[in-house]
Amino acid sequence: MLIVECPNCGVMAEETELVPGGEAHLKRFGPESSDADFESYLFQRENPRGVHFERWRHAHGCGKWFHAARCTQTLEVFGTYSAQTTEPPQDIRERVTAKRPGWTWRTLS
Amino acid sequence: MSTRLQTGGRLIDRAHRESFTFNGRQMAGFAGDTLASALLANDQMLVGRSFKYHRPRGVVASGAEEPNALVGLGSGARFEPNQRATTTELFSGLTATSQNHWPSLDLDVGIVNDSLARFLPAGFYYKMFMNPRPFWKYVYEPFIRQSAGLGRAPKVRDADRYEHFHAFVDILVIGGGIAGLQAALAAGRAGAQVLVMEQTAHWGGRAPVDGVRIDGRPAADWVADTLAALDGMENVTLRRRTMGAGVYDHGYVLGYERVTDHTPCTEGPRHRLWRVRARQVVTATGAIERPLSFAGNDLPGVMLASAVRDYAVNWAVSPGDRTVLVTNNDDAYRTAICLKEAGLEVPVIIDARAEAAGELPQAARGLGIRVETGKGIARVKGGKRVTGVTLCAQAGEGAVLEEVACDAIAMSGGWSPVVHLWSHCGGKLTWDAEQAHFRPDAEHAPTSHDGRPFVIAAGAANGALHAAATLSDGDASGKAAVKALGFKAKGGAVARAEAAGEKPPAPVWMMPQGADIKLRAKTWLDFQNDVKVSDVQLAAREGYESVEHAKRYTTLGMATDQGKLSNINGLAVLAQSLGEEIPQVGTTTFRPPYTPISMGAIAGEARGPVFQPLRRTPMQDWHEQNGADFEPVGQWRRPYCYRRGGESRADAVNREVRNTRQNLGLLDASTLGKLLVKGPDAGRFLDMLYTNMMSSLKPGRCRYGLMCNENGFLMDDGVVARIDDQTFLCHTTTGGAEHIHAHMEEWLQTEWWDMKVHVANLTEQFAQIGIVGPNARKLLEKLGGMDVSKEAMAFMDWADGRIAGIPARVFRISFSGELSFEVAVPASRGRALWDACVEAGQEFGLMPYGTEALHVMRAEKGFIMIGDETDGTVIPQDLGLHWAISKKKADYLGKRAQARSHMTDPDRWQLVGLETLDGSVIPDGAHALAEGHNANGQRKTQGRVTSTYYSPTLGRGIAMALVHHGPDRMGEVIRFARLDGGDVEARIVDPVFYDKDGEKQNV
Repeated sequence: MLIVECPNCGVMAEETELVPGGEAHLKRFGPESSDADFESYLFQRENPRGVHFERWRHAHGCGKWFHAARCTQTLEVFGTYSAQTTEPPQDIRERVTAKRPGWTWRTLS
Repeated sequence: MSTRLQTGGRLIDRAHRESFTFNGRQMAGFAGDTLASALLANDQMLVGRSFKYHRPRGVVASGAEEPNALVGLGSGARFEPNQRATTTELFSGLTATSQNHWPSLDLDVGIVNDSLARFLPAGFYYKMFMNPRPFWKYVYEPFIRQSAGLGRAPKVRDADRYEHFHAFVDILVIGGGIAGLQAALAAGRAGAQVLVMEQTAHWGGRAPVDGVRIDGRPAADWVADTLAALDGMENVTLRRRTMGAGVYDHGYVLGYERVTDHTPCTEGPRHRLWRVRARQVVTATGAIERPLSFAGNDLPGVMLASAVRDYAVNWAVSPGDRTVLVTNNDDAYRTAICLKEAGLEVPVIIDARAEAAGELPQAARGLGIRVETGKGIARVKGGKRVTGVTLCAQAGEGAVLEEVACDAIAMSGGWSPVVHLWSHCGGKLTWDAEQAHFRPDAEHAPTSHDGRPFVIAAGAANGALHAAATLSDGDASGKAAVKALGFKAKGGAVARAEAAGEKPPAPVWMMPQGADIKLRAKTWLDFQNDVKVSDVQLAAREGYESVEHAKRYTTLGMATDQGKLSNINGLAVLAQSLGEEIPQVGTTTFRPPYTPISMGAIAGEARGPVFQPLRRTPMQDWHEQNGADFEPVGQWRRPYCYRRGGESRADAVNREVRNTRQNLGLLDASTLGKLLVKGPDAGRFLDMLYTNMMSSLKPGRCRYGLMCNENGFLMDDGVVARIDDQTFLCHTTTGGAEHIHAHMEEWLQTEWWDMKVHVANLTEQFAQIGIVGPNARKLLEKLGGMDVSKEAMAFMDWADGRIAGIPARVFRISFSGELSFEVAVPASRGRALWDACVEAGQEFGLMPYGTEALHVMRAEKGFIMIGDETDGTVIPQDLGLHWAISKKKADYLGKRAQARSHMTDPDRWQLVGLETLDGSVIPDGAHALAEGHNANGQRKTQGRVTSTYYSPTLGRGIAMALVHHGPDRMGEVIRFARLDGGDVEARIVDPVFYDKDGEKQNV
């Protein structure tokens, strides 16, 4: 029963208000993409023990999507941020670094 | 014998007698008794039979840890199995029955298992019932199931009421002993919002029983004063009979309040589930005494030393006239002293330690009690009741030194802190070698969303067993919780507790130390699951080295008590067998709830009509009043058909289909999803969502569209109407409205956030009525207000206007193949329009029809239904819907996936129609048989039925199916399996069975 702050409406939301949306910052591959790229987009996912970036929707609240930086091991929530971005903003990355120096995720660190 | 003492009993009220029955026998106790204390007062030591060997078992403990005294309580709709007699408060009229025996508690046939015990070791069932394979299903399992299980499940619907509470607090204190109360006091004084839960009906925990003095007065006085102080604080809430059941992520805690268990049939719910979000949790859950492992330690009359003390002090019940005490620590001497002071005999105290020179042993000797150090119990004598013990040297192998007659044994193997709640959410434990127990490791507490610790263990639960330490640790914990939240802890004097000093215990895991196999095979670790020392040793020998594996192999620590008494002793035996240290072996996982909670409490109010909300269309009342048979469609209840007179459902459906095809049908289509998509980029957006082109749709026109997910699979379909240049109204399936809305929002918010589009779900804003059949236009013309002629409104046109004076939007669309209009009006006017249609339609033969007639008619026309023809693995190309897939668009959701090799494979099963040769209806979901068998010996298949109906129009069974190379095999006859084992022949035909050229709808 996590508590995650919705960055859109500012509510400290309970997990029951939220719907998880899986891994964040996927790049969509469309009709002209290679089989490998498309497979990666559809099926390949990170499964880290530690720092992770995820999509959530405040489904039983404001209805908006957002991103969360979270530790899959301790369930600590480092921060939440807008869904309208293709990578974690600098302040979020700094917050993760403060708590988990040396973290890596995909090509980020 | 066990009996009630003439005086004393701090919890009972001798002025109020409570009568109850046990196995039908009338007994009486006092107000304030538990069922266990009342049974003991009536000399009912034998309370049940054990699970595997059916050995006689008696009360062992006095609280939540009780493994043996499980009874069935109540009867009929209030029957509940496996209730602990030790935590059941007595009331007049209580009925209890013992469990696990046949024909009776005293005479039990299953006891034969006890004689066979050496042939029934751990893992017996796994080894014995392997072969031959078919015997498991037909012989072994039915036989074992007959004798397995703890208690009996209730057969009738629960008559009681339950509810949920939601609470948000700064600090939740679990446990109302002196540590918990002191923690609450510190937190309350600092101004924090505090909730205190105590699982029993009494505050103060063990301190009043153990003779603790606080600030120079009896502990009970301090408890009373502290409660009064807490009661006076508006920011503090106190709850008795409320157990902290589980601690979960980020400060979520479940509490279980037994509101009226002790006063049944009074106002209020029976149980209440507290769903608490706490910023800090203080677990002041106390400690549980451990049994000692000696032969015959499961006989009725062998009890925990603390329990014997509880029964004597709290309820004035003596479990026996002559009680032998066996211990490895000083604390247990309190029991001997208290029995002696009550005038009872304690023939001997057997202390496994070489020396017993502490304050309490000296006091016991001072009372004239014989103390034997360095000794142990070789064996307990007795059958259904203890009759004596034999003594031996603890260091030896069990050679008998002497025999002592007694009728009760009080045992103490030391104390284990209740670390369950600390551990539920990841708190780590540390092994305290001096006290020989695991206690919370404060460096590794459970952490919350901000990464900071949110659980603090307090008092005995933190390993602070001695009263002085217990109280000061409670104070420190309360202040630490306050500080963690940024409150300022208030100073002031802290009470000081005094109790006799104690020397450290000596770890004793086997008594005597070198007990031979005969003794070990009668030495119980887990009373509830009948696990003995020899079973755990066998598991270790057979390679079950992990404590989790050993638990599952032997069943040690399973079932309702989850090893509250047995865990530490069991893993100590395992560690010894493996030649490892106890901390290396570790504990099994502690999982919530702490003790079982009722299913009713979990369900709360969510049962019967309020289990889930029902959605009602504006015409629902009319359906209910006019004979509708309903079927669930999502959270709606839609009319399946409207039966008339003595009609069967099938007859009603056939009549509705025929009447709609010949005259006029009326359908409540209000449940269809209606999503308004609006904005400058609405067309571009819908081009991405639908497989076909929506941006080219002209205002005033409708187009049928398919929606796929990014995997290419069909997820929804429906008619899209273009309202104006920037506005589309997308109809979805009834079940799809919410998730298609969410799907649209997801793509708009997370991928194409540059698009200027808004989506609104208008499903419940409009009532929608299907007017269907050859007389449809006549009805609309009679109602008047709009020109619905063929010329003014062509097929797939829509127009706004008024029908029967009601503002309406009329779509000329058809899901039946008939001349058909769907009229949408504001929801508040839906019933008025429906009534007007019903009245005006009489002269045209109007009859309402339900969802089944709708399904039959769409199948006759070969229209697909999401969820019938699709199941999440079907792409539009499988269904011959190529015409609805745009070739011109560069992209849409699912386009790339539909180009994957498996999706373009010509061997994919494809949609066809089927006509049975004998006219019968193929069973739903039937598979088309192919030649040969697969590797599992199952018949190979070449397709499956997706929809199958009796067509009253054609007078025969028709079906739609996905068949291998189906469209290339028109006219071929294939066979389908029937449920009864036979098969049915069907001819592959075009899926459009009726009016292939659409002449009926284009009039």
